[in-house]
Amino acid sequence: MAVIIAVALQGTQMFLVLLLAPLLTGFVRKLKARLQRRQGPPLLQPYLDLRRLLAKEVVLAENASWLFRVVPYLIFAVTWVAAALVPTFATGFLFSWSGDLIAITALLGSARFLQALAGLDVGTSFGGIGSSREVMIASLAEPAMLMIVFTVALVAGSTQLSSIANFMLSFEQGIRVSLALALIALLVVAIAENARIPVDNPATHLELTMVHEAMVLEYSGRHLAMIELATALKLLLYISVIACIFVPLGLGGDNAGLARDAIGLGSYFVKLLVAGTMLAVFETSIAKMRVFRVPNFLGAALMLALLGTLLMFVTRSF
Amino acid sequence: MTMAPVVLACVAALLALAVAAVPAARSKAGTPFVYGGSLAISVVALVAALIGLAEGPSTLALPLGLPWIGVHFRLDALAGFFLVVVNLGAAVASLFAIGYGRHEPEPARVLPFYPAFLAAMNLVVLADDAYTFLFAWELMSLASWALVMAHHRDRDNARAGYIYLVMASFGTLALLLAFGMLAGTAGGYLFSVIRVVNPPPGLATLVLALVLIGAGSKAGLVPLHVWLPLAHPAAPSHVSALMSGVMTKVAVYGFVRIVFDLLGLPTWWSGVVVLLLGGVTAVLGVLYALMEHDLKRLLAYHTVENIGIIFIGLGLALAFGANGMAGGAALALTAAMFHVFNHSVFKSLLFFGAGAVLTATGERDMEHLGGLIHRMPLTSALFLVGSVAISALPPLNGFASEWLTFQAILLRPDMPQWGLKIMVPTDGALLALSAALAAACFVKAFGISFLGRARTAAAAAAQEVDRFSLAAMFILAALCLLTGILPGAVIDGLAPVAQSLVGEHMPTQLAVPWLSIVPIATSRSSYNGLLIFLFIAASSWIMAYAIHRFASHAVRRSAAWDCGFPDPRPQTQYSAGSFAQPIRRVFGTVVFRSHETVLMPPPGDMAPARIEKSIRDPVWDVCYAPVEGAVSVITETLNHLQFLTIRRYLAFVFIALVVLLLVLAIWQ
Repeated sequence: MAVIIAVALQGTQMFLVLLLAPLLTGFVRKLKARLQRRQGPPLLQPYLDLRRLLAKEVVLAENASWLFRVVPYLIFAVTWVAAALVPTFATGFLFSWSGDLIAITALLGSARFLQALAGLDVGTSFGGIGSSREVMIASLAEPAMLMIVFTVALVAGSTQLSSIANFMLSFEQGIRVSLALALIALLVVAIAENARIPVDNPATHLELTMVHEAMVLEYSGRHLAMIELATALKLLLYISVIACIFVPLGLGGDNAGLARDAIGLGSYFVKLLVAGTMLAVFETSIAKMRVFRVPNFLGAALMLALLGTLLMFVTRSF
Repeated sequence: MTMAPVVLACVAALLALAVAAVPAARSKAGTPFVYGGSLAISVVALVAALIGLAEGPSTLALPLGLPWIGVHFRLDALAGFFLVVVNLGAAVASLFAIGYGRHEPEPARVLPFYPAFLAAMNLVVLADDAYTFLFAWELMSLASWALVMAHHRDRDNARAGYIYLVMASFGTLALLLAFGMLAGTAGGYLFSVIRVVNPPPGLATLVLALVLIGAGSKAGLVPLHVWLPLAHPAAPSHVSALMSGVMTKVAVYGFVRIVFDLLGLPTWWSGVVVLLLGGVTAVLGVLYALMEHDLKRLLAYHTVENIGIIFIGLGLALAFGANGMAGGAALALTAAMFHVFNHSVFKSLLFFGAGAVLTATGERDMEHLGGLIHRMPLTSALFLVGSVAISALPPLNGFASEWLTFQAILLRPDMPQWGLKIMVPTDGALLALSAALAAACFVKAFGISFLGRARTAAAAAAQEVDRFSLAAMFILAALCLLTGILPGAVIDGLAPVAQSLVGEHMPTQLAVPWLSIVPIATSRSSYNGLLIFLFIAASSWIMAYAIHRFASHAVRRSAAWDCGFPDPRPQTQYSAGSFAQPIRRVFGTVVFRSHETVLMPPPGDMAPARIEKSIRDPVWDVCYAPVEGAVSVITETLNHLQFLTIRRYLAFVFIALVVLLLVLAIWQ
């Protein structure tokens, strides 16, 4: 019986993230539109987009290789597996120990690696521009993310997200300078990794400012649907990571029972709502940066996170 | 049954093969004969090494060499592990070369030296006294030098060979002095004698510095790496793979043998020094690689990076060992040794891929490649596996060993020394940076060479390579995946190595349920490459199947979209230089003082505008240019001595005689 519940919980988690991800994206889009005094697309538009894209034929560039056709499914699968490893409404799922926060970061790195390759596959100038800029951004964002992982892991004594969340729930850590530094850095990294304003604009198709959109420019039909879904999953994943480390309130513990899980689920919805609102407000109130100012932005995050880690090594009380 | 004699017999067989290769190289059958023979012998040695790793030390002494020392061999856990690395690399390189070697224009310059090189690497690892070690080390250097000079008519290769020879001699000299210090005035050159004597701290410092120079120059530690990216690519590709994948590991072996085994208890600051060198090497190596457009040289720079990662692990092991944290030392050492194995596998794979590209197109410059994925689908897929592995991405093996290194960094933040408190997290940041940059670099290497559209006619006409080469690459790619999803097996295999060197080993991993790896405790950290791989494979396959079955599977081919302005000329693609430009602007302006100038023609002139970039090598400018300058100034000055009259020469002889006599008189 316990095994069935464990499998069911893990399954719920996997399909929950899959189902919620487009909704979150739709919510952010709608809210942004309302903030700009536009009507905006319906809340459920991302689902409709996905259905439309899935039913369409794929228009493939003439010299697209097999890699180009395989990559969308792989990107989706890798992102989905990573998202399924993050505690959303409870901790200690059946397979949560198969990868820690370092592995989750690296899985997202794998997805980006494949995406950047796909951008180069057709051999167009826009694909190249996107890939080249994406790896530049990643070369700073990924070490910053790992330094954040270090700080959090040193505070909680574990790189396992479930253990970290349970530790944070116990409030043993108190208020720490290094955790504050890690939070700021993580917000910056999350914005950069999800290609949001001010680093990149998810709504743009103005050629010279694209990064993520330029890489996927040649994709269409079901391939594009997979990539859009993976992008939505990634946004959900980052919000879930931030929530489970820094605001674990209401999170059900390991095998806490269905009542606690229900509370966890409710609080998770609230957290997504709040995070989506904050993101929409932030994006509306700031302008996009020039590409070569992004390294400064991310470099600051890297330095903050490194400072947090150094503080943890130097003294245990910060 | 003891395995040391078996491996020695293999060495003897390889040396005999080297002699036989001299006449055999003249005939057409010489290539398959020599490489086939090397393959068979290496496989035997590989099996013997695997048995030797498990079964414990065996020794052997032969009455050769210097009469009062003799020649001693020992196969213990450490030697067994490195023999596995050497002979695995040798076996697949031989298999690859059965096909690749057919394109060799002058086989007589390669075939005799190849088995000798393999034999020498085996001998270094087996040696149990300083004399044998240095003899084998020098033989290894010279044999590889001869292979670097195989295509000696190329001016660049001649220069590479010269710099390699100078650096190798310098390194051997440092090792010679190190062993001299270790042996002391009593002249105990046997490793078993050196092991019991604990040198005083001052002497130990000196020995450590000399070993870092001697073994570090062979391994490619910054700033001693300058020869490596010149010499490794100059050799034929299967030899490049051996030099990068295996010979640098023999150098790591030399370092580990002397510092961990012979030198006795480590000091904490030796950990700081090694950590510093490792971190700098890792980041500088990958930054150099990003600036490079020559496929083989890019791979050679990545060897520098990976050596840095290995030395980060070794430095951590020294730091933990000095603080009496044997468990931590075991974790860090296991991580370093795991990376030694992984790097030998994926670097050989990548060099074979570069060799296959070279065979198919005659090009090493990425700016002249492109679109090879259509012409060489198998090579491309295998090279992609290697690229993912070296970029430390799950679920392949590069990630498993870097994950272990990260766990070692996070293990004990409570070390008492301030140097370590600062250095360990800094190295963590450098390691993270190098991993991210390596991924960027391999997007470039694979994306520009294999994807996109062909940039030259040679690339457009490429043909898939022969079956032997493909088989060798396939074996290595399969190993990348296998050790990536079952890292526990390798970790358990390394347990005797860690036990013998730091007196502790990691907990047995294969006993963990679901084949996860758990370095310390499940609540702390665990990783299961197998499950992650299965989840990714299953969910991507199910999704693809479901979509094709229930939604749409229609495909239409059309021109590329490219925002409505597709340009059919391949020059409009991103090139290696333009791909790396953002990273060059972010990191290169500081590290390489890179500089871009746009040369605009004057108004009315129809000439195209040009962009010029300049890059300076900081290591060459700081460490080597002054030495080079000083040597040339001294030789210029002394050059006058060659053109004197006979009277002046006689005068010099007379003055020298008087001075000598005076010195003698004062001395007495």
